[in-house]
Amino acid sequence: MFRTADGEDAPEPEPEETGRGLFARLRDNLSRSRRAMAQQLAGVMFDPADTEVWERLEEALLLSDCGVPATVTVIERLEADADAGRLTTADELSARLQQIIAELMTPSDDPRIDITAHPAVLLVTGVNGTGKTTSIGKIAWHLREAGRTCVIGAADTFRAAAGEQLETWAQRAGADFVSSQSGGDPAAVAFDAVAAAESRDRDVVIVDTAGRLHTQGHLMDELRKIHRVIAGRIDGAPHEVLLTIDATTGQNGLQQARLFAEAVEVTGIVLTKLDGTAKGGIALAIAHELGIPVKLIGIGEGIEDLRPFDPADFARALFAGGE
Amino acid sequence: MFESLSDRLGATLDGLRSQGRLSEEDIQKAMREIRLALLEADVNFGVVRDFVAKVRERAMGAEVMESLTPGQQVVKIVHEELTELMGSAGSGLSFANRPPTVVLMAGLQGAGKTTMCGKLARVLAKQKRSPAMVACDLQRPAAVQQLQTLGKSLQVPVYERGTDADPVEVAKWGVEQARAQGRDVVIIDTAGRLHIDEELMDQLVRVKQATKPHNVLLVLDSMTGQDAVNVAQAFAEAVDYDGVILTKLDGDARGGAALAVRAVTGKPIKYVSVGEKLDQLEPFHPDRLASRILGMGDVMSLIERAQEQISETEAREMEAKLRKSEFTLEDFLGQLRQVRKMTAGQGMAGLLGMLPGVGRQIKNLKVDERQIDRVEAIILSMTPSERRNPRLIDGSRRRRIAAGSGTNVQQVNQLLGQFKQMQRMMKQVGKGKMPQLPGLMRR
Ligand SMILES: Nc1nc2c(ncn2[C@@H]2O[C@H](COP(=O)(O)OP(=O)(O)O)[C@@H](O)[C@H]2O)c(=O)[nH]1
Ligand SMILES: [Mg+2]
Repeated sequence: MFRTADGEDAPEPEPEETGRGLFARLRDNLSRSRRAMAQQLAGVMFDPADTEVWERLEEALLLSDCGVPATVTVIERLEADADAGRLTTADELSARLQQIIAELMTPSDDPRIDITAHPAVLLVTGVNGTGKTTSIGKIAWHLREAGRTCVIGAADTFRAAAGEQLETWAQRAGADFVSSQSGGDPAAVAFDAVAAAESRDRDVVIVDTAGRLHTQGHLMDELRKIHRVIAGRIDGAPHEVLLTIDATTGQNGLQQARLFAEAVEVTGIVLTKLDGTAKGGIALAIAHELGIPVKLIGIGEGIEDLRPFDPADFARALFAGGE
Repeated sequence: MFESLSDRLGATLDGLRSQGRLSEEDIQKAMREIRLALLEADVNFGVVRDFVAKVRERAMGAEVMESLTPGQQVVKIVHEELTELMGSAGSGLSFANRPPTVVLMAGLQGAGKTTMCGKLARVLAKQKRSPAMVACDLQRPAAVQQLQTLGKSLQVPVYERGTDADPVEVAKWGVEQARAQGRDVVIIDTAGRLHIDEELMDQLVRVKQATKPHNVLLVLDSMTGQDAVNVAQAFAEAVDYDGVILTKLDGDARGGAALAVRAVTGKPIKYVSVGEKLDQLEPFHPDRLASRILGMGDVMSLIERAQEQISETEAREMEAKLRKSEFTLEDFLGQLRQVRKMTAGQGMAGLLGMLPGVGRQIKNLKVDERQIDRVEAIILSMTPSERRNPRLIDGSRRRRIAAGSGTNVQQVNQLLGQFKQMQRMMKQVGKGKMPQLPGLMRR
């Protein structure tokens, strides 16, 4: 999950599979769509001239919120393969489909969270209710599991009780917590948090921000200012700017990613709430159109419910045939 | 940004007009555009299919085939059908004969339930009722404190029993509390839950059974994608809600998810939420949401908001100017400032999203908030006579203005070009020819 200075991958906690474990649940939920797709494709001899197969594929992609342009790209690639005689069975079609999706979702750079700097600064932003605060709690916990110390800065000084919410997470994750009075200046809190990490010799600073719609110009300016203040304090910081995108989000997610990335250089996406039935296809649309990689996924409300993003798993979860 | 359906169909169909009657193939193309537009707006795939079939039937009729502007005719049909599908204008809450009226909020995580409790309480207090709120989101850290803070700012009591209690018990106790204290409406906040989380859905059912609410409201994020159908259906099966509140409509989401809810459950949309502040709640208007889904702008909302902000005399002066085509850079500056007032707290894009055809033109002018600052500086660096008559502004004046405003000559040129375009557009509006307005003003 993290890229550290010594080049070693920080150790990952083993995911628990007690009772209705997380993965079991996730697999369960995703298998619905999988089953639907699988049923449609299973066993049949695949005839590229059969428009119905293509329509079903298109339907499945669109129903997963992949959006029209990304869907068209995927189908065109498959059609090209079929025309070239490379796809003859449904199984080949399904495998190639997953491969294409995984390819589109695979970033050229290291997909891990970069904590090589000391302290490394992570700025977390996104639309209201997408899961910023929760994701920060989870990241902080995973950092501690990996043996790193962490300061959390509460720069959401707008929403009622946002500070209390974050403080609860900080306690659960064993992280230091830096805040100001409600209504305070978010950039000042970010600055204080970074300063605290430096003076206490902590490894990582995570800065929470207030939820904002990408269309709110003054709030996007505020975000730029937070970014600027952090950059002014430490060269090269923030080392990661993470944008939370709710997996249930439709095509508006593209606009969110576009405008947030215009305001501050977004380095990765945290795709949250993948534990529902939403398939998060909007992440494919974002990767396809903007090239912003997904780095982490949220799969529940518990503190451990965060995973590194795996393009192949994602593609498989979307469409894999069979159980 | 998305193209509006109006632009797309105009390009597809109106051009063909010159060739005489529309062919089957033309209609096919148009239906494809409609399908794309609706999918981009997050209307559910299945709903789109049925909807397009219906529109197709009507589009084959005489009203389109013989029209001079078939593209606009099809847009009109789509808009009408969409409005129809959207149901009637939002009716408010139903009130119990014997108070307290109980309102139960439900929805996914992060939809905006807690804030919505505050907004409803505020509306009710305005209506001279005495609301109270019950904190039953014991799941998310500090959700109780959030509701308490809202209650304090509204001076509305919040009943809470910490986070160790059972939410069903707290809900029941809260309603009793309201009754005992003579509050006439009690709003129950609940934890966000996934529609497939059986345990938590069951808990919601038990809260409903224990409190016998007169209104169960589903809070739905307007940015929701295709999954909205599953969410709407699962919550309907569990708690048979009475209506939907659509949140975060102050952004640029088209809100097509709402259609799925209507189409699949038949439940009405009651309110729309347009901001984080507690007064940003509006009744639902089906035709406005239809326009928005089609990317045709929210004409009525814009006009209403403008009316709040611009005095009547100002408006009349403006109109007279438009008719005489005397639109100067000074007016332009005045308008920009007006726009800024109107968009206070929600940004240019919010406002632009509400403008039809005109919006598209302004969009093409690429106005954004930082640019407003620049434009303001440039205009302020002109002499009054230059502002009234931009033709005076020659090369050396441009350099002077650029230096004075801290911009460059290119930016000054750009502004003058934009202004000219705007002036032309205003002239058209002044002559009563609202550009690109597909019969929407006749509502
Ligand atoms: N089911 C589920 N819920 C989540 C996930 N991440 C966040 N949430 C919930 O979404 C809601 C909003 O999260 P919050 O962190 O407050 O969002 P913020 O406003 O962006 O800071 C809370 O109820 C969280 O518990 C996730 O991965 N799965
Ligand atoms: Mg938050």
